[in-house]
Amino acid sequence: MKQIFCHIEKCLGCKSCELACAVEHSLSKQLVAAMREPVVPKQRIRVELIDEHGTLSRYRTLALQCRHCGNALCVQACISGGIRKDEDSGEVRINPEKCVGCWSCVMVCPFGALVRHEGIHRAMKCDHCPDRETPACVDACPTKALVYLEKDGVRTRDVVL
Amino acid sequence: MCCRNCNMGPCRIDPFGEGAHTGVCGATAEVIVARNFGRMIAAGAAAHSDHGRDVAHALLLAAEHPESGYSIKNVNKLRKVARILGVAVENRETKEIAIDVAQKALAVFGQQEGEIPFIHLAPEPRQAIWRRLNLVPRGIDREIVELMHRTTMGTDQDHRNIMLQGTRAALSDGWGGSMIATELQDILFGTPSPVRGQVNLGVLSQRDVNIVVHGHEPVLSEMLVLAAREGELVNLAKSKGAQGINLVGICCTANEILLRHGLPVAGNVLQQELAVLTGAVEAMIVDVQCIMPSLPELCKCHHTHLITTSAKGRMPGAIHHPFSEENALQTAREIVREAIENFPNRGRVDIPDEKMDLIAGFSHEAITYMLGGRFRGSYLPLNDNIVNGRIRGVAGVVGCCNPKVVHDQGHVELVKELIANDILVVQTGCSAIACAKAGLMIPESAEQYAGKGLAEVCRTVGMPPVLHSGSCVDNSRILIALSEMVKTGGLGRDISDLPVAGAAPEWMSEKAIAIGQYFVASGVFTVFGVGLPVQGSEVFYRHLSEEHETMLGGMWAVEPDIHRMASLMIDHINKKRKALGIDKGKERVLFDMEMRRELAI
Repeated sequence: MKQIFCHIEKCLGCKSCELACAVEHSLSKQLVAAMREPVVPKQRIRVELIDEHGTLSRYRTLALQCRHCGNALCVQACISGGIRKDEDSGEVRINPEKCVGCWSCVMVCPFGALVRHEGIHRAMKCDHCPDRETPACVDACPTKALVYLEKDGVRTRDVVL
Repeated sequence: MCCRNCNMGPCRIDPFGEGAHTGVCGATAEVIVARNFGRMIAAGAAAHSDHGRDVAHALLLAAEHPESGYSIKNVNKLRKVARILGVAVENRETKEIAIDVAQKALAVFGQQEGEIPFIHLAPEPRQAIWRRLNLVPRGIDREIVELMHRTTMGTDQDHRNIMLQGTRAALSDGWGGSMIATELQDILFGTPSPVRGQVNLGVLSQRDVNIVVHGHEPVLSEMLVLAAREGELVNLAKSKGAQGINLVGICCTANEILLRHGLPVAGNVLQQELAVLTGAVEAMIVDVQCIMPSLPELCKCHHTHLITTSAKGRMPGAIHHPFSEENALQTAREIVREAIENFPNRGRVDIPDEKMDLIAGFSHEAITYMLGGRFRGSYLPLNDNIVNGRIRGVAGVVGCCNPKVVHDQGHVELVKELIANDILVVQTGCSAIACAKAGLMIPESAEQYAGKGLAEVCRTVGMPPVLHSGSCVDNSRILIALSEMVKTGGLGRDISDLPVAGAAPEWMSEKAIAIGQYFVASGVFTVFGVGLPVQGSEVFYRHLSEEHETMLGGMWAVEPDIHRMASLMIDHINKKRKALGIDKGKERVLFDMEMRRELAI
């Protein structure tokens, strides 16, 4: 299975990935038009601040989204059976028809990768952009910090997460 | 929406409302985009105005030192401009008038109080609107400096107030810097009149020394034209195995030498790299604006010498020939000589066959002459034909090329659709070159593309339905033409009453933003393609569109889709026709004395 990884040394925290993610998950897939859609599109990737000393003197940024865990807690926590692990692709998917907006998945996710869409009362998360060859965030990253690679070939020394 | 005007940021506002709603300093989306937009206007106005300053300097030189190579070609225009600037013309030598005109023009840049003189060419009601809103520029440089001041961190925090200054700076460009550039260029190099030329990369010659001039200031290119025609240099070219010297242009410099000398145009701004890649260019000579930093790298692939001439624009990897108005002709000769010496180094050459004829040079004066001759020259035939509906209206389609759109497609599609709807199109800049390449600027195109009414007018006058009126600083010609249409009468009392619209379908330069704003401020409905970097703020976008229309009579619109853009323009023109009461033919009534007495005029 391919997975999105982030080179922590390369991430500038510019949030281009967040913007591209929201636009890709809009109806129009265009920035200006997306802003005016009745259901405001939501990003499923978030730029996190890693501030080890808590002083903001030396901090790093990292773009994070659903890790599509092997033993996914959200799948176990879902009360309506709306989150399933796809056996073939290994991806964790949400069925929006089944989601009831109980936010159990949001509570159990160790990465905070599940997103609440308050407007339509549904949980959302990274779906690896099914309409595209590479996810929108990866294409949008100006420093190529985000990469889309086969999980097996990746050494943790090269990338984080 | 991104702000990097200070170092607390850079700050980004999340358009989807998830993240930050304001910058670190509390600046809202509308303040951020207003400041960015204002700074684009300032940069654009600065570019045009600095160009104007160089021309004024050249005029001063032409008058004081005729040996510099510059001379005064159009004395009539000099006297006309002198009257506008308040310079006495009666019983005075041309030289004296020219010195005074040049000095007055230069003084407009540094003027601190009062009103810049060219403003008075606008229709009275337009001037009244500007005075009421305090928009009349006091001087050119002052407005640009004040706009930069007001958009710096922590100064003007009201997007409406920022745009008032933005408008004033834009007006100091359109009715100031750009207009000075155009008018003084006409004095120095002659007012353009219709001339036949050729366009597209096919104009590069297999057998001649090809010299490409690229950039904006005719102060340089005019001297190159003189030098390239000198017998000594032509003979030198022949001794190197070439047949002659082929001077061609790219971008707005191309428009300047096309309009005044009928010299060929190799292409618009996006073809500068392609010209080098033909391998047939001995020297590409550049001055300022729209010159791609990629050129030195590309020139390495061929024998082409890239020659920078302006102290304001140098490039690593290029050869610099410092050009100043004082030693203009001498430098031009050296440059041409260098190009000729480079001819034997030519390697593989691959020149495309494509080229197209065009008629260019429709300056405001040329249109007047064309419509009425020397003694009865006026816009009356144009206004008449607009009133009787043969011509629905007039559209200005201008601006750059942008690689976000298929090359030239935006311009050509839009113009074809407009002329099919009987709208006469006036063009400048790279947009004009795009349509010329598509064959829209030959009189025959009227029969092929134009609507019935417009084709009839074109046939009678013998003009193409798409008029080429110059480079991008020459947009000021369109402002004067619009004012002239108002003064001729029959189409309302202000520019905002006219059935006209403007568009820049493929804009990219900051100059386009300044141009857009001065057209809007002059009362013209203006549509931009590709998108405008203000759309992140709904509030600010509404200010540029609806609020500007109430305030100034002109408004901005953004529409990337070319067909929708055309219908926006046509709808606007129809709306204005309806307001003027010329949307449908009226029955002719013979008034008797009784009815005449009742007329409320």
